Amino acid sequence: MLDPRIFSKTVLLATVVCALTAAGAQAQTATEIQLSYKDKKFDPAEISAPANTPIVIKLKNLDAKAMEFESKTLHVEKVVAGNTDATINVRAQKPGRYEFFDEYNEKVARGALVVK
Amino acid sequence: MLAALIIVFREVFEAGLIIGIVLAVTRTVPGRNQWIGGGVVAGVLAACVVAVFAGAISHLFAGMGQEVFNAAILCIAVVMLTWHNVWMARHGSELAGELRAAGQAVVEGKKSLLALAVVVGVAVLREGSEVVLFLYGVLAASEDSSWSVALGGFLGLALGAAVCLLTYFGLLRIPARALFTTTTVLIALLAAGMAAQAAAFLERANWLTALDNVVWDSGWLLSDSSFAGRALHVLIGYTDQPTAMQLLVYVAILLITFVLMRLVGTPVKAAQPART
Repeated sequence: MLDPRIFSKTVLLATVVCALTAAGAQAQTATEIQLSYKDKKFDPAEISAPANTPIVIKLKNLDAKAMEFESKTLHVEKVVAGNTDATINVRAQKPGRYEFFDEYNEKVARGALVVK
Repeated sequence: MLAALIIVFREVFEAGLIIGIVLAVTRTVPGRNQWIGGGVVAGVLAACVVAVFAGAISHLFAGMGQEVFNAAILCIAVVMLTWHNVWMARHGSELAGELRAAGQAVVEGKKSLLALAVVVGVAVLREGSEVVLFLYGVLAASEDSSWSVALGGFLGLALGAAVCLLTYFGLLRIPARALFTTTTVLIALLAAGMAAQAAAFLERANWLTALDNVVWDSGWLLSDSSFAGRALHVLIGYTDQPTAMQLLVYVAILLITFVLMRLVGTPVKAAQPART
Protein backbone atom coordinates (compact mmCIF):
# COMPACT_ATOMS: atom_id res chain seq x y z
CA MET A 1 0.00 0.00 0.00
CA LEU A 2 1.23 3.44 -0.85
CA ASP A 3 1.05 6.44 1.41
CA PRO A 4 -0.90 8.88 -0.83
CA ARG A 5 1.30 11.77 0.27
CA ILE A 6 4.50 10.00 -0.67
CA PHE A 7 2.89 8.77 -3.85
CA SER A 8 1.95 12.29 -4.95
CA LYS A 9 5.49 13.44 -4.20
CA THR A 10 6.85 10.60 -6.31
CA VAL A 11 4.62 11.64 -9.19
CA LEU A 12 5.80 15.22 -8.77
CA LEU A 13 9.42 14.09 -8.77
CA ALA A 14 8.87 11.97 -11.87
CA THR A 15 7.34 14.97 -13.65
CA VAL A 16 10.28 17.17 -12.69
CA VAL A 17 12.73 14.51 -13.85
CA CYS A 18 10.96 14.22 -17.22
CA ALA A 19 11.04 17.98 -17.67
CA LEU A 20 14.74 17.97 -16.84
CA THR A 21 15.45 15.24 -19.37
CA ALA A 22 13.90 17.44 -22.02
CA ALA A 23 16.14 20.31 -20.90
CA GLY A 24 19.17 18.00 -20.96
CA ALA A 25 18.63 17.23 -24.63
CA GLN A 26 19.74 20.74 -25.51
CA ALA A 27 23.22 20.39 -23.97
CA GLN A 28 26.04 21.77 -26.14
CA THR A 29 28.32 19.42 -28.03
CA ALA A 30 31.17 18.18 -25.90
CA THR A 31 34.77 17.13 -26.48
CA GLU A 32 35.02 13.37 -26.16
CA ILE A 33 38.17 11.79 -24.76
CA GLN A 34 38.98 8.08 -24.62
CA LEU A 35 40.83 6.88 -21.54
CA SER A 36 41.64 3.40 -20.30
CA TYR A 37 42.75 2.04 -16.97
CA LYS A 38 44.84 -1.07 -16.39
CA ASP A 39 47.23 -2.26 -13.65
CA LYS A 40 46.75 0.95 -11.66
CA LYS A 41 47.72 3.12 -14.63
CA PHE A 42 45.73 5.52 -16.78
CA ASP A 43 46.41 5.38 -20.51
CA PRO A 44 47.15 8.02 -21.65
CA ALA A 45 48.29 9.47 -18.35
CA GLU A 46 47.74 12.96 -19.67
CA ILE A 47 44.74 14.01 -21.74
CA SER A 48 43.93 17.42 -23.13
CA ALA A 49 40.81 19.33 -24.08
CA PRO A 50 39.91 22.83 -25.28
CA ALA A 51 38.81 25.36 -22.70
CA ASN A 52 35.22 26.49 -22.16
CA THR A 53 33.52 23.46 -23.73
CA PRO A 54 32.00 20.54 -21.86
CA ILE A 55 34.16 17.40 -21.81
CA VAL A 56 33.07 13.77 -21.89
CA ILE A 57 35.59 11.20 -20.71
CA LYS A 58 34.94 7.64 -21.88
CA LEU A 59 36.79 5.51 -19.38
CA LYS A 60 37.43 1.78 -19.92
CA ASN A 61 38.40 -0.10 -16.79
CA LEU A 62 40.37 -3.08 -18.14
CA ASP A 63 41.15 -4.40 -14.65
CA ALA A 64 38.96 -7.04 -13.07
CA LYS A 65 38.61 -4.88 -9.99
CA ALA A 66 36.36 -1.87 -9.55
CA MET A 67 37.98 1.55 -9.46
CA GLU A 68 36.75 4.98 -8.52
CA PHE A 69 37.61 7.76 -10.90
CA GLU A 70 37.92 10.96 -8.93
CA SER A 71 39.11 14.49 -9.44
CA LYS A 72 38.81 17.07 -6.72
CA THR A 73 39.44 20.02 -9.02
CA LEU A 74 37.00 18.77 -11.69
CA HIS A 75 34.44 17.79 -9.05
CA VAL A 76 33.82 14.33 -10.42
CA GLU A 77 33.65 11.01 -8.67
CA LYS A 78 32.52 7.82 -10.31
CA VAL A 79 32.74 4.15 -9.48
CA VAL A 80 33.66 2.00 -12.49
CA ALA A 81 33.12 -1.73 -12.00
CA GLY A 82 35.76 -4.21 -13.19
CA ASN A 83 35.92 -4.82 -16.98
CA THR A 84 33.33 -2.17 -17.77
CA ASP A 85 33.38 1.30 -19.21
CA ALA A 86 31.90 4.52 -17.93
CA THR A 87 31.01 7.96 -19.18
CA ILE A 88 32.11 10.92 -17.12
CA ASN A 89 30.69 14.34 -17.86
CA VAL A 90 32.89 17.28 -16.97
CA ARG A 91 31.54 20.80 -17.20
CA ALA A 92 33.36 23.43 -19.30
CA GLN A 93 36.65 24.37 -17.65
CA LYS A 94 39.06 27.28 -17.65
CA PRO A 95 42.61 26.59 -18.97
CA GLY A 96 44.71 24.72 -16.44
CA ARG A 97 45.94 21.34 -15.29
CA TYR A 98 43.42 19.15 -13.49
CA GLU A 99 44.61 16.01 -11.75
CA PHE A 100 42.54 12.86 -11.49
CA PHE A 101 43.16 9.53 -9.80
CA ASP A 102 41.73 6.17 -8.80
CA GLU A 103 40.51 6.73 -5.25
CA TYR A 104 41.26 3.12 -4.37
CA ASN A 105 44.93 3.56 -5.38
CA GLU A 106 45.37 7.26 -4.90
CA LYS A 107 49.15 7.35 -4.66
CA VAL A 108 50.07 5.43 -7.81
CA ALA A 109 47.12 5.62 -10.16
CA ARG A 110 47.14 9.25 -11.26
CA GLY A 111 46.64 11.22 -14.43
CA ALA A 112 45.85 14.74 -15.52
CA LEU A 113 43.58 16.64 -17.85
CA VAL A 114 45.19 19.67 -19.44
CA VAL A 115 42.70 22.28 -20.58
CA LYS A 116 44.09 24.73 -23.15
CA MET B 1 46.66 -0.31 5.82
CA LEU B 2 46.55 3.42 6.43
CA ALA B 3 45.28 4.04 2.88
CA ALA B 4 42.45 1.55 3.42
CA LEU B 5 41.62 3.11 6.76
CA ILE B 6 41.38 6.56 5.18
CA ILE B 7 39.26 5.39 2.23
CA VAL B 8 36.79 3.51 4.40
CA PHE B 9 36.65 6.24 7.02
CA ARG B 10 35.99 8.88 4.38
CA GLU B 11 32.97 6.91 3.20
CA VAL B 12 31.49 5.95 6.57
CA PHE B 13 32.10 9.37 8.08
CA GLU B 14 29.03 10.85 6.38
CA ALA B 15 26.78 7.98 7.39
CA GLY B 16 28.18 8.22 10.94
CA LEU B 17 27.24 11.89 11.24
CA ILE B 18 23.75 11.29 9.89
CA ILE B 19 23.07 8.32 12.18
CA GLY B 20 24.34 10.33 15.17
CA ILE B 21 21.92 13.15 14.39
CA VAL B 22 19.01 10.75 13.84
CA LEU B 23 19.74 9.02 17.16
CA ALA B 24 19.69 12.38 18.95
CA VAL B 25 16.47 13.39 17.20
CA THR B 26 14.70 10.20 18.24
CA ARG B 27 16.09 9.97 21.77
CA THR B 28 12.64 10.06 23.42
CA VAL B 29 10.83 7.78 20.99
CA PRO B 30 10.27 4.27 22.33
CA GLY B 31 11.66 1.43 20.23
CA ARG B 32 13.92 3.70 18.21
CA ASN B 33 16.95 1.39 18.47
CA GLN B 34 15.27 -1.41 16.50
CA TRP B 35 14.21 1.03 13.79
CA ILE B 36 17.55 2.75 13.43
CA GLY B 37 19.38 -0.58 13.69
CA GLY B 38 17.03 -1.99 11.05
CA GLY B 39 17.85 0.99 8.85
CA VAL B 40 21.59 0.31 9.19
CA VAL B 41 21.22 -3.41 8.45
CA ALA B 42 18.96 -2.77 5.45
CA GLY B 43 21.44 -0.15 4.24
CA VAL B 44 24.37 -2.59 4.47
CA LEU B 45 22.45 -5.32 2.63
CA ALA B 46 21.33 -2.85 -0.05
CA ALA B 47 24.92 -1.60 -0.35
CA CYS B 48 26.10 -5.16 -1.11
CA VAL B 49 23.37 -5.56 -3.74
CA VAL B 50 24.27 -2.19 -5.31
CA ALA B 51 27.97 -3.13 -5.29
CA VAL B 52 27.23 -6.41 -7.10
CA PHE B 53 25.18 -4.59 -9.74
CA ALA B 54 27.44 -1.52 -9.90
CA GLY B 55 28.32 -2.16 -13.54
CA ALA B 56 24.71 -2.70 -14.57
CA ILE B 57 23.46 0.37 -12.68
CA SER B 58 26.18 2.45 -14.26
CA HIS B 59 25.01 1.55 -17.75
CA LEU B 60 21.42 2.62 -17.21
CA PHE B 61 20.34 5.98 -18.61
CA ALA B 62 23.08 6.14 -21.27
CA GLY B 63 25.89 5.57 -18.80
CA MET B 64 24.50 8.00 -16.24
CA GLY B 65 22.81 5.36 -14.07
CA GLN B 66 25.04 5.96 -11.06
CA GLU B 67 24.38 9.69 -11.02
CA VAL B 68 20.63 9.26 -11.49
CA PHE B 69 20.51 6.52 -8.86
CA ASN B 70 22.36 8.71 -6.35
CA ALA B 71 20.12 11.67 -7.10
CA ALA B 72 17.01 9.51 -6.69
CA ILE B 73 17.98 8.07 -3.30
CA LEU B 74 19.04 11.52 -2.10
CA CYS B 75 15.59 12.80 -3.11
CA ILE B 76 14.00 10.03 -1.03
CA ALA B 77 16.08 11.11 1.97
CA VAL B 78 15.13 14.77 1.42
CA VAL B 79 11.42 13.90 1.36
CA MET B 80 11.76 11.77 4.52
CA LEU B 81 13.74 14.42 6.43
CA THR B 82 11.34 17.19 5.45
CA TRP B 83 8.37 15.04 6.32
CA HIS B 84 9.91 14.30 9.71
CA ASN B 85 10.42 18.00 10.46
CA VAL B 86 6.86 18.84 9.45
CA TRP B 87 5.55 15.95 11.51
CA MET B 88 7.57 17.07 14.53
CA ALA B 89 6.16 20.59 14.18
CA ARG B 90 2.77 19.05 14.87
CA HIS B 91 3.56 16.29 17.34
CA GLY B 92 6.89 17.31 18.82
CA SER B 93 5.39 18.76 21.99
CA GLU B 94 3.34 15.60 22.62
CA LEU B 95 6.40 13.43 22.28
CA ALA B 96 8.57 15.61 24.46
CA GLY B 97 5.94 15.86 27.19
CA GLU B 98 4.31 13.29 29.46
CA LEU B 99 1.91 12.40 26.68
CA ARG B 100 4.55 10.49 24.81
CA ALA B 101 3.09 7.17 25.89
CA ALA B 102 -0.34 8.17 24.64
CA GLY B 103 -1.54 5.76 21.95
CA GLN B 104 -1.86 8.13 19.04
CA ALA B 105 1.53 9.73 19.57
CA VAL B 106 3.24 6.35 19.65
CA VAL B 107 1.54 5.18 16.48
CA GLU B 108 2.45 8.43 14.76
CA GLY B 109 5.93 8.17 16.26
CA LYS B 110 6.42 4.87 14.44
CA LYS B 111 5.72 6.59 11.13
CA SER B 112 8.33 9.22 11.86
CA LEU B 113 10.77 6.50 12.91
CA LEU B 114 10.17 4.71 9.64
CA ALA B 115 11.01 7.90 7.76
CA LEU B 116 14.23 8.34 9.73
CA ALA B 117 15.11 4.64 9.40
CA VAL B 118 14.84 5.14 5.63
CA VAL B 119 17.17 8.16 5.89
CA VAL B 120 19.69 6.05 7.82
CA GLY B 121 19.37 3.17 5.36
CA VAL B 122 19.92 5.49 2.42
CA ALA B 123 22.98 7.08 4.04
CA VAL B 124 24.52 3.66 4.73
CA LEU B 125 23.64 2.43 1.24
CA ARG B 126 25.24 5.39 -0.52
CA GLU B 127 28.51 5.24 1.35
CA GLY B 128 28.51 1.50 1.92
CA SER B 129 28.44 0.34 -1.69
CA GLU B 130 31.79 2.05 -2.34
CA VAL B 131 33.33 0.47 0.75
CA VAL B 132 32.06 -2.95 -0.32
CA LEU B 133 33.52 -2.52 -3.83
CA PHE B 134 36.84 -1.37 -2.45
CA LEU B 135 37.20 -4.14 0.14
CA TYR B 136 35.96 -6.78 -2.28
CA GLY B 137 38.53 -5.66 -4.84
CA VAL B 138 41.33 -5.90 -2.30
CA LEU B 139 40.28 -9.29 -0.93
CA ALA B 140 39.64 -10.75 -4.39
CA ALA B 141 43.14 -9.80 -5.47
CA SER B 142 44.44 -11.91 -2.54
CA GLU B 143 47.75 -10.14 -2.43
CA ASP B 144 49.96 -10.42 0.66
CA SER B 145 48.69 -7.07 1.88
CA SER B 146 45.03 -8.17 1.80
CA TRP B 147 44.67 -8.76 5.50
CA SER B 148 46.38 -5.57 6.50
CA VAL B 149 44.07 -3.71 4.12
CA ALA B 150 41.05 -5.49 5.57
CA LEU B 151 42.24 -4.52 9.04
CA GLY B 152 42.61 -0.91 7.90
CA GLY B 153 39.11 -1.03 6.50
CA PHE B 154 37.78 -2.40 9.75
CA LEU B 155 39.52 0.34 11.74
CA GLY B 156 38.05 2.92 9.36
CA LEU B 157 34.62 1.47 10.05
CA ALA B 158 35.25 1.65 13.81
CA LEU B 159 36.29 5.29 13.48
CA GLY B 160 33.07 5.98 11.56
CA ALA B 161 31.10 4.45 14.44
CA ALA B 162 33.07 6.70 16.81
CA VAL B 163 31.99 9.75 14.76
CA CYS B 164 28.39 8.58 15.13
CA LEU B 165 28.70 8.27 18.92
CA LEU B 166 30.51 11.60 19.24
CA THR B 167 27.77 13.34 17.25
CA TYR B 168 25.10 11.66 19.35
CA PHE B 169 26.59 12.42 22.76
CA GLY B 170 27.65 15.87 21.64
CA LEU B 171 24.07 16.70 20.70
CA LEU B 172 22.73 15.23 23.95
CA ARG B 173 24.81 17.75 25.89
CA ILE B 174 22.53 20.45 24.54
CA PRO B 175 19.70 21.14 27.03
CA ALA B 176 16.46 19.36 26.09
CA ARG B 177 14.59 22.56 25.22
CA ALA B 178 17.24 23.85 22.87
CA LEU B 179 17.88 20.39 21.45
CA PHE B 180 14.54 20.27 19.65
CA THR B 181 15.23 23.54 17.85
CA THR B 182 18.82 22.49 17.14
CA THR B 183 17.86 19.16 15.60
CA THR B 184 15.06 20.77 13.58
CA VAL B 185 17.54 23.24 12.09
CA LEU B 186 20.14 20.46 11.59
CA ILE B 187 17.62 18.25 9.77
CA ALA B 188 16.42 21.12 7.57
CA LEU B 189 20.01 21.97 6.59
CA LEU B 190 20.80 18.28 6.07
CA ALA B 191 17.80 17.97 3.72
CA ALA B 192 18.68 21.17 1.83
CA GLY B 193 22.29 19.99 1.46
CA MET B 194 21.19 16.58 0.17
CA ALA B 195 18.82 18.21 -2.31
CA ALA B 196 21.64 20.42 -3.61
CA GLN B 197 23.83 17.31 -3.87
CA ALA B 198 21.09 15.55 -5.84
CA ALA B 199 21.02 18.57 -8.17
CA ALA B 200 24.80 18.25 -8.56
CA PHE B 201 24.43 14.59 -9.55
CA LEU B 202 21.77 15.46 -12.13
CA GLU B 203 24.05 18.19 -13.47
CA ARG B 204 26.85 15.64 -13.87
CA ALA B 205 24.43 13.38 -15.70
CA ASN B 206 23.55 16.32 -17.98
CA TRP B 207 19.93 15.93 -16.95
CA LEU B 208 19.98 19.32 -15.38
CA THR B 209 21.58 21.99 -17.52
CA ALA B 210 19.65 25.10 -16.55
CA LEU B 211 21.45 27.57 -14.27
CA ASP B 212 24.59 25.44 -14.25
CA ASN B 213 26.99 28.39 -13.94
CA VAL B 214 29.31 28.26 -10.93
CA VAL B 215 28.34 31.13 -8.65
CA TRP B 216 31.49 31.30 -6.55
CA ASP B 217 34.69 29.39 -5.91
CA SER B 218 35.61 29.31 -2.25
CA GLY B 219 38.07 26.44 -2.70
CA TRP B 220 40.92 28.74 -1.61
CA LEU B 221 39.15 29.31 1.72
CA LEU B 222 37.79 25.85 2.43
CA SER B 223 38.10 23.01 -0.08
CA ASP B 224 35.17 20.62 0.03
CA SER B 225 37.61 17.72 -0.11
CA SER B 226 39.36 18.80 3.10
CA PHE B 227 38.23 17.21 6.36
CA ALA B 228 36.37 20.29 7.63
CA GLY B 229 34.95 20.84 4.15
CA ARG B 230 33.61 17.28 4.05
CA ALA B 231 32.01 17.62 7.47
CA LEU B 232 30.33 20.87 6.44
CA HIS B 233 29.35 19.24 3.15
CA VAL B 234 27.38 16.59 5.03
CA LEU B 235 25.96 18.88 7.69
CA ILE B 236 24.95 21.97 5.73
CA GLY B 237 25.66 20.94 2.13
CA TYR B 238 28.78 23.08 1.76
CA THR B 239 30.42 22.88 -1.64
CA ASP B 240 33.25 25.14 -2.83
CA GLN B 241 31.88 25.60 -6.36
CA PRO B 242 28.08 25.69 -6.13
CA THR B 243 26.05 26.25 -9.28
CA ALA B 244 23.11 28.63 -9.36
CA MET B 245 20.77 25.62 -9.58
CA GLN B 246 22.28 24.03 -6.46
CA LEU B 247 21.81 27.27 -4.51
CA LEU B 248 18.26 27.60 -5.80
CA VAL B 249 17.38 24.04 -4.77
CA TYR B 250 19.02 24.56 -1.38
CA VAL B 251 17.05 27.72 -0.60
CA ALA B 252 13.85 26.19 -2.00
CA ILE B 253 14.03 23.19 0.36
CA LEU B 254 14.62 25.45 3.37
CA LEU B 255 11.67 27.63 2.36
CA ILE B 256 9.38 24.64 1.73
CA THR B 257 10.29 23.16 5.12
CA PHE B 258 9.66 26.47 6.88
CA VAL B 259 6.32 27.08 5.16
CA LEU B 260 5.09 23.49 5.69
CA MET B 261 6.10 23.59 9.37
CA ARG B 262 4.15 26.82 9.77
CA LEU B 263 1.09 25.51 7.94
CA VAL B 264 0.94 22.09 9.58
CA GLY B 265 2.31 22.93 12.99
CA THR B 266 -0.10 23.62 15.83
CA PRO B 267 1.67 25.77 18.39
CA VAL B 268 0.24 24.47 21.67
CA LYS B 269 0.57 27.74 23.55
CA ALA B 270 -1.14 29.79 20.88
CA ALA B 271 -4.05 27.34 20.84
CA GLN B 272 -4.86 28.11 24.47
CA PRO B 273 -7.39 30.89 25.09
CA ALA B 274 -5.57 34.15 25.68
CA ARG B 275 -7.77 35.25 28.59
CA THR B 276 -8.71 33.25 31.66
